[in-house]
Amino acid sequence: MDKQKKLSINQVEHIAKLANFHLSKKELSKFQRQLSEILSYIEILNKVDTSKIKTTSQVTGLENVFKKDRVEESLTQKEALSNTKSKQNGYFKVKSIFE
Amino acid sequence: MTYLPIIGIEVHIELKTKSKMFCGCEAKHFRIKPNTHTCPVCLGLPGALPVPNRKAIEWCCLIGLTLNCRVNNESKFDRKNYFYPDLPKGYQISQYDMPFCSNGFIEITTEEKNKTIGVTRVHMEEDTGKLIHIKDTTLVDFNRSGVPLVEIVSEPNINSSQEAVAYLKKIQQIVRSLDVSNCDMEKGSMRCEVNISLKAEKDKGLPKYKVEIKNINSFKFVKKAIDYEIRRQTEILKKGELPIQETRGYSEKTSRTFSQRSKEEAYDYRYFPEPDIPPVKIFNTEINQWKKGLPELPDDKKERFIKIYGLKESEAGILIADERKVKYFEQLIKLNLKPDQYRELATMIVNKRVNIDKFSPTSLVDHIKKQRVSKIGDKNILEKLVAEVLLKNKKAVSEYNAGKHEVLGFLLGQIMKKSNGRANIQMAKNILIEKLKQPA
Amino acid sequence: MKLNSLTIIETITGLKAKKFSTLDLVNACLDRIEKVDQQIGAFITVCKKEARDQAEKVDNLIKKDSKVFSQKPLLGIPIALKDIYCTKNIKTTAGSKVLENYVPVYDATIVSKLKRAGAIIIGKTNLDAWAHGSSGENSDFYPTKNPWNLQKVPGGSSSGSAAAVASDECLAATGTDTGGSIRLPASFCNIVGLKPTYGRVSRYGIIAMASSLDSIGHFGKTVEDVALILSVTSGKDKFDATTSDEAVPNYSAEIEKTTKKKLTIGLPVEYFGNGINTEIKQAVRKAAKLFSEKGFEVKEVNLPYTKYATTVYYIIQPAEVSSNLARYDGIRFGTKRTSFGDEAKRRIMLGTYTLSAGYYDAYYLKAMKVRSLIVNDLYKAFEKVDLLLAPVSPTLPFNIGEKTNDPLQMYLSDVLTITANLAGLPGLALPCGFSKSGLPIGMQLLGLQFSEELLLKVGYQYQQWTDSHKRKPIL
Repeated sequence: MDKQKKLSINQVEHIAKLANFHLSKKELSKFQRQLSEILSYIEILNKVDTSKIKTTSQVTGLENVFKKDRVEESLTQKEALSNTKSKQNGYFKVKSIFE
Repeated sequence: MTYLPIIGIEVHIELKTKSKMFCGCEAKHFRIKPNTHTCPVCLGLPGALPVPNRKAIEWCCLIGLTLNCRVNNESKFDRKNYFYPDLPKGYQISQYDMPFCSNGFIEITTEEKNKTIGVTRVHMEEDTGKLIHIKDTTLVDFNRSGVPLVEIVSEPNINSSQEAVAYLKKIQQIVRSLDVSNCDMEKGSMRCEVNISLKAEKDKGLPKYKVEIKNINSFKFVKKAIDYEIRRQTEILKKGELPIQETRGYSEKTSRTFSQRSKEEAYDYRYFPEPDIPPVKIFNTEINQWKKGLPELPDDKKERFIKIYGLKESEAGILIADERKVKYFEQLIKLNLKPDQYRELATMIVNKRVNIDKFSPTSLVDHIKKQRVSKIGDKNILEKLVAEVLLKNKKAVSEYNAGKHEVLGFLLGQIMKKSNGRANIQMAKNILIEKLKQPA
Repeated sequence: MKLNSLTIIETITGLKAKKFSTLDLVNACLDRIEKVDQQIGAFITVCKKEARDQAEKVDNLIKKDSKVFSQKPLLGIPIALKDIYCTKNIKTTAGSKVLENYVPVYDATIVSKLKRAGAIIIGKTNLDAWAHGSSGENSDFYPTKNPWNLQKVPGGSSSGSAAAVASDECLAATGTDTGGSIRLPASFCNIVGLKPTYGRVSRYGIIAMASSLDSIGHFGKTVEDVALILSVTSGKDKFDATTSDEAVPNYSAEIEKTTKKKLTIGLPVEYFGNGINTEIKQAVRKAAKLFSEKGFEVKEVNLPYTKYATTVYYIIQPAEVSSNLARYDGIRFGTKRTSFGDEAKRRIMLGTYTLSAGYYDAYYLKAMKVRSLIVNDLYKAFEKVDLLLAPVSPTLPFNIGEKTNDPLQMYLSDVLTITANLAGLPGLALPCGFSKSGLPIGMQLLGLQFSEELLLKVGYQYQQWTDSHKRKPIL
């Protein structure tokens, strides 16, 4: 039942676009179902009072990790291009993008 | 109905560090063979991780300090997620809510009016690769990917194209004085994006739309693009419509802006803190060290030239706008000449009466000295010179005697020419007048 | 004695005593792989030629100078690498069709370290694609089977590495543990699995799953073997800004020393609840009793925020995954994004959603806050105890295909292992018995950051008193 699902098909389409996916109607529908179920489960977090809690985005406690401004060896052009068949004159080649 | 242009400018400055922002590849990318300054990190290969360049961060903070910003004690990097072929990781490492510097300002001058433009923030990010469009293909070169960029965001309190250009020129001047970037619009080491909307007089608050103009590569075109946009948006508003919120480019050919809707408007970048880079803490002791080590800024230099060397405001202004001229003048200062000589030298440099590429500061001073010392002040020699000139220019003499006294200038000129500029003008003039009084 | 069934410690002794050559050893592993891997599916790539060439080089080295063993602690040891570790000039797929033909141009830092220590890369092991999975069934190529029962899953996502070590196809193997992906397969396959402290071992060159949770670890047949490998892999790496400059102890030497202090082991009440298989709970309690008899103090502790751990994990992890997998756009490497399998697509979409405008605060930000509460729980518990002891999996190894239709069910298998990843703490999975049906049961010891020395020491002692880790599957 579409009404009970957390996500609408439009929302799923929007997410797919942001994620650079081209999904078929079948896939959209499948993901709508599965993602909605997962999101419903995730709702339990709302029960937790986090009003005075700080976020943890890093667990190492490290700070100020830097590198020196020094030139190191780069890959060769051949190595850089070695994993694509779409190349031309040392460049990667893609379908035209209108600027 | 008058409309006030509300303009905000984002400037991107390419730092001239030796290596890139998050890896050890050489940062140089101008006229380098494609994809030869890349590595797993800046190529976005699977498994690669970023490590921030300390010098780049320091230079970002220096720029912030020169723009009167506060350098924040705590900052971090964030991921800005979007897809584009020149963005190898599918996200750009940038800064979102905790930039290195914030809340600054600079003073600009337009038509003798001073104005303060706010600088909202100065932060670090990495550059993307370069796209080259040929017929129906697009080629990608990642040499530029990962080069350190400092982004300077102004408050939207710029209200004209002149102010916009003055702002940009000032930023360029300041950043160049730090020697952290070549800051060259034509070569792309300084880029700007102009956000412009128009506010009706009666409206309170900012306009409900914003047009972004990108890819303008000279100050001249910035002015033209803004002027065009003001006209374009005024026409739309007059019709009672709202200009579309979009990104536009500028065409040098047509001197107009045009819509570039290939990118999404109001894209959702899904910023979140960069988990691969620990946060950055900058202590006040370090900030104070940086403050102490800052070079003299253009405005302070100008003040100094005016106060100590008596330069005219306008000349001082022109001098500081040209790095080469300033350096030259500073070298002249080291020669400890008499104060009033500096005023004269400044005028010579500003009026381009001396070729500073040909003459080194010391040789220039010598040359001028020679000219003065070797001025012919000997009365006898001068009298001989004057006599020779009068002999050769009998027509002019008759004209003078007939009342055409302006001929005197011509005759003086001839004397100067004959003496290779060495004649003492005042003495020569006196002798000339005397001689002209005498009968031939 | 089949050389491939030796431990690393036994092998080094044998090599030093010239009882056999490295080439013999490598050939024994390759023969074993040839014989059993058709059934098990532990390997994606077997480096036959490279391994044999390397073995010959090593044998020559040993002939020239037998002192070379002191400089190269893993000399001649055939090790398999989870196919998420970039190996220069050797295909690396991450278990996905997207990278089915990808050949890295550089070695992961750990790969360089292992090579410098003299290890021989015998092959790249199978995994749940992109490390997304707890069973080994999400590989885009073929599922790995549990050597103990080929109808059952070996656990994931480091499925191939666990199965390879358990079936003696190699002496040790590397893995990654983001939500339990080393500890779970170790438990399902009756081997030792170590998840080090986050930041102990470099992640550079290892295809990222969730950047703030990925822990780089390995499997071995014994705790001693695992300790030896950790000495080689640990340490600060200038290419990974999240590695710690905490000194690296000589783990092998340390584990044999007895602690003077009386140690306290905590049993988290929430990890022994109703949802956990009874036989598993019994086996772990039996181990707790043994520790108690041997002089450890054993007591219960509470981790009240445990019930939110899975939720927090399944918001943070997919969010980071969605960003880390954005680079696979088919331009510089790999095939198009349509080649991503269902699980990868699902996680990417979930992550994209929870990070998106309007939802970031409710999901991602909220999860990062609850994460603080979960981490706090653990640190509070560690004020009272030195170690935690708990089961690794709520279920015994399950049948292939049993959970594949229900992604949410699959996610719930991670409930006991996730908290260590959220806090960045180390965990050592050890075999602790078998079910009536003959399936392996594992337990885990958890400690504070950089307490690997303690975990390995206690684990080593446990293995002196027990022998379930010595049993081998019949293939």
